[in-house]
Amino acid sequence: MDTTILTSIFSASIVAGTPLIIAALGELVTEKSGVLNLGLEGLMSIGAITGFVVTNHSGSPVLGVLAAMIAGMAASLVFAIIVLNLTANQVATGLALAIFGVGLAAFVGKPYESVALPPIEPLHIPLLSSIPVIGPALFQQQWLVYFSWLLCAGVIWFLYRSRPGLVLRAVGESPTSAHAVGYSVLTIRYLATMFGGAMAGIGGAFMSLFYTPMWSEGMVAGRGWIALALVVFATWRPLRVLIGAYLFGGVMIAQLFVQGSGLPIEIPSQFLSALPYLATVVVLVIISRNLNTIRLNSPVSLGQSFRPDA
Amino acid sequence: MTSRRTAVKTLGVALGGTALPLASMRSAFAAEPVKVGFVYISPISDAGWTYQHELGRREMVKALGDKVQTKVVENVPEGPDAERVFRELAQSGHKIVFGTSFGYMNYMVKVAQQFPNNDFEHCTGYKTGKNLGIYNGRFYQGRYLCGLVAGKMTKSNIIGFVAAFPIPEVVMAINSFIRGARAVNPKAEMRVIWANTWYDPGKERAAAEALVAQGADVLTHHTDSTVVAQFAEQKGVWVCSYHSDMRKYAPTKQLTASEEIWGGYYTKTIGKVVDGTWKPDNTWGGIKEGMIDIAPLNPAVPADVKAMVLQAKEDIGSGKRHPFEGPVVDQAGKTVVPKGQNITDDALSKMDYYVEGVAGKLPKS
Repeated sequence: MDTTILTSIFSASIVAGTPLIIAALGELVTEKSGVLNLGLEGLMSIGAITGFVVTNHSGSPVLGVLAAMIAGMAASLVFAIIVLNLTANQVATGLALAIFGVGLAAFVGKPYESVALPPIEPLHIPLLSSIPVIGPALFQQQWLVYFSWLLCAGVIWFLYRSRPGLVLRAVGESPTSAHAVGYSVLTIRYLATMFGGAMAGIGGAFMSLFYTPMWSEGMVAGRGWIALALVVFATWRPLRVLIGAYLFGGVMIAQLFVQGSGLPIEIPSQFLSALPYLATVVVLVIISRNLNTIRLNSPVSLGQSFRPDA
Repeated sequence: MTSRRTAVKTLGVALGGTALPLASMRSAFAAEPVKVGFVYISPISDAGWTYQHELGRREMVKALGDKVQTKVVENVPEGPDAERVFRELAQSGHKIVFGTSFGYMNYMVKVAQQFPNNDFEHCTGYKTGKNLGIYNGRFYQGRYLCGLVAGKMTKSNIIGFVAAFPIPEVVMAINSFIRGARAVNPKAEMRVIWANTWYDPGKERAAAEALVAQGADVLTHHTDSTVVAQFAEQKGVWVCSYHSDMRKYAPTKQLTASEEIWGGYYTKTIGKVVDGTWKPDNTWGGIKEGMIDIAPLNPAVPADVKAMVLQAKEDIGSGKRHPFEGPVVDQAGKTVVPKGQNITDDALSKMDYYVEGVAGKLPKS
């Protein structure tokens, strides 16, 4: 296999993994605070259409991404009010948000179905991008790809090295104790939920601005659900989200390349299509086979409402 | 009572989406327009399978004017919902109901039996009834013409095909395309990637990317989004679009597109309902019936190639030429249809093998 194909596979895998990473890392922070937001698919759809509309009218993808972030935050704020203040069931509300978001995006996006945006040129990082094979794959990417790496580093630092991160995890483990020592559980959960919404919005904008620069209904195509699953499979560890997403993207891309090679391979393509899911599950089962890591990392109060006494 | 009936009528018209002005509504009262229901699998959008049916409906409405009143229900999944929609349309006096997706078949059969006085037409199915007709397009004819253009225009001799599911309809498209290409360029080879989805722009794009990385310089697709055309434009490779003319998405790189044209069929069929002469039928129409066509060729296509393609279109239309005229040789070198014979419609609709020129193995469906 010549190196340009290898580079293409690497590069395409990274692009395929990026929206998953951004959305999943946001959800990870939300879940670490004890809130389960199943609405990612809807939030990503809202982000995708908002980013598209704003970029289309302003001509600036940066503004588009920012607007997608704000839209994601706004939608998750509604979710937060319902589940935090009104203590509605988080699973049901999250599912409703997923369905509502997809529908709303389709409704708003109707007039934009035929609009195509000019493709955005990747950002080349000098020197690094000239490394053979991996250079072009890693360092000639869209700037949101670099953002996803910084985000991963930032989330790791925040959760495990900073004081607010510690408080956030404490809230997710034991809201009663955190409340008792004087932290506002609801405020922290609000912030964490809105951060999750913001990242899902950006993940959606990546789809409609960078991956396939167009809008069409249903274009998120289940990636919100995959991101959601990644968080659990990664046992709430940020770096494993990154690995899981690239593994998923990588296997999907690799199977397409295998098919496109025209080699007479007897494996059914349906099996190849299922392979990314299978590979992700298998690898993450292996790395998390220690039950203790799951127990230690899964936020104890996940999905439970908290009502401060008086 | 009168006012209630008027209200119901007004509502019906408003829902029908036919913006009849108030004045013509009065005259419509007298003529009692035939109510026609259309059920679509996806949103109408601006390109693709459903959009082509919608264009057909609009053309029919234009032709028949206030003799008809249509109602469109879009985005109806192939499940119990479809059955409910068919029943509602029949109950609310829609004389004929069109269902335009394969998976509607069994629901339509059921509802057709329950409403013997209504007429039903199902697109792409194979079950008929006393009041249930079927219709479909010979998509492979348009594919063959696209293949002729692609075969002449490819430099790398590799044509990339982003395919949805390994069912006869799609296999027929792949085979017909490469037969067209090899008729003018025996070195042409077809590479196929099965996305195993009708619609996932991200995956369709990744598949197109994989094909281009492996040397394809002409792409085509049998999936529902416009992303393959858009990607081709961006990458600077040729594309033959499917369902609709997608020049909007690939203004300089679309060679042509295989299009489905339903307007004539709808006008003719609904015209028969209006006259009271409708009977259930089995229509498999192609270029001859005006149900299949190709989009205008890219200006970069040389004049002699253009002339050759248009001639082929005429010959297929007149029956002088068949995209699967013998010998049809499968991938393994076995002659499936001997020289001097054309493939039968039955064999076509059950096609489960690749013809020569397609690389890779066909996954079992």
